[in-house]
Amino acid sequence: MNLPGLYNVLVALLFCPLLLSIINRTKAFFAGRAGQPWLQPYRDIGKLLRKGAVYSRTTSWVFRAGPMVGLAAALAALVLVPLGANGAPLSFSGDLILFAYLLGLMRFFTVIAALDTGSAFEGMGASREVFFSALAEPAFLLGLTALAHAAGTFSLSELTGAGSRVWARPESVLVIAAFFVTFLCENARIPFDDPNTHLELTMIHEVMVLDHGGVDFAYVLYGAALKLWLLGAVLVSVVLPVRSELSWVNIGSGLLGMALLGVLVGIVESTMARSRLLRVPYLLVGASVLSVLAVILGLR
Amino acid sequence: MPLLTGFLIVVLLLTDIALLGLRSLQVGIRLVALQGILLGAVTVLVNLDSFNLHVLVLALASVGLKGFVFPVLLSRAIRDVGVRQENEPFLGIGTSLLFGIGMMGVASWLGDRIPIFTGESPPILMSGALMTLFTGLFLIVARHKALTQALGYLVFENGIYTLAIAVTGQIPELVEVGLLLDAFVAVYVMGIAILQINRAFEHMDVDQFNTLKG
Repeated sequence: MNLPGLYNVLVALLFCPLLLSIINRTKAFFAGRAGQPWLQPYRDIGKLLRKGAVYSRTTSWVFRAGPMVGLAAALAALVLVPLGANGAPLSFSGDLILFAYLLGLMRFFTVIAALDTGSAFEGMGASREVFFSALAEPAFLLGLTALAHAAGTFSLSELTGAGSRVWARPESVLVIAAFFVTFLCENARIPFDDPNTHLELTMIHEVMVLDHGGVDFAYVLYGAALKLWLLGAVLVSVVLPVRSELSWVNIGSGLLGMALLGVLVGIVESTMARSRLLRVPYLLVGASVLSVLAVILGLR
Repeated sequence: MPLLTGFLIVVLLLTDIALLGLRSLQVGIRLVALQGILLGAVTVLVNLDSFNLHVLVLALASVGLKGFVFPVLLSRAIRDVGVRQENEPFLGIGTSLLFGIGMMGVASWLGDRIPIFTGESPPILMSGALMTLFTGLFLIVARHKALTQALGYLVFENGIYTLAIAVTGQIPELVEVGLLLDAFVAVYVMGIAILQINRAFEHMDVDQFNTLKG
């Protein structure tokens, strides 16, 4: 148990909706708008928490379990994630695989909750979600493999902490590029899915949660914000070169890194269009290829 | 410095993969220009210890020609022809990317076995050179459009250039001037050829030359 690691959990729980605000404000800046208030995501979640939920009679317990299991899995994964050089509260050899599969569990429950409604529209979204994440997973896991091989450890915190060899090995650039693509894909950001297109045929994540309401939907929104933070924290921890003895320096630089990542996502969303659905697999296969190249180069 | 060179070579590998995976000709031209600029920087970095006017001229010639002159010539060619994409390549994007993995594996394996110029060069240099070489060959073989093949030729030339840096550290002026001149003439001739093919057949799909009767 690493006590300074608890600060990671605390700042993540507090600031994860703020990351969405940073992205939205960056997009608003590019579009010349004022943008929504900084605390809007918190207000949305607060409003939903005060509401009751309505359940369709065709749904079963699976539908009700979806948001809860999703949030629980995200919270469990949060304990394994370092922020910058500040290690996670819990770390052991192989925790990166547990991390990947906790996110997998979250996705699985979102998907079966969507299928449980019996709506064709949500089924379509579920099918796309599974298709894309099946392609994104190799990129993520192989990238972690390359990093783990370089660092000689299978623990996320040691990978990114003092033992990090990221900037001593040129092929890390490939892994970072692959991670950024998976980060955008897993969180349904722009080249893969447009978070602003409510009720359009192209969307993936939003469509699966259409039938959730009230508290359940608040869980879904908060879970999605946490997932954005989780994958972002992995990316930032890998990239960040700050390795200080003082944990507040590590956490501060980690938070700065997260803010910069939010701005970067906002810039990507403002300057790129959503790519065509048929092109998305190529992007993800490209990311996997980058990870494989990193592994090959690391093996030399 | 070997580390910085290593990062530049990895960016070179990234452009190789992007060239295999993208269809847009304009983006392809920009990527090849980026390769030229990267190689100019690598030339300087590898020879930092024995830096002299010769190295500087070589690097500047590489950056100027490959980074600026060729892209302008090729952009003009695609503007005149009005073609923007490589449609229906012989091998699809997914297959091309898989070939990319295979080529990288071979390049990495071979790269470890070819002796490298000792000095300021990282071990990754040889693999990067071979991968760029293979990518160029692949683009020439697996694409329909004359322009993509011209790009492939340029990537191939970049590969040879990197290989020469990796093996000898620096290329004798005469050889390098010859190489650059060759590439220049090739791009120039290809630009004209693409225009002529387009004018005669209203497309630049060289695959359809097969149907010509003598």
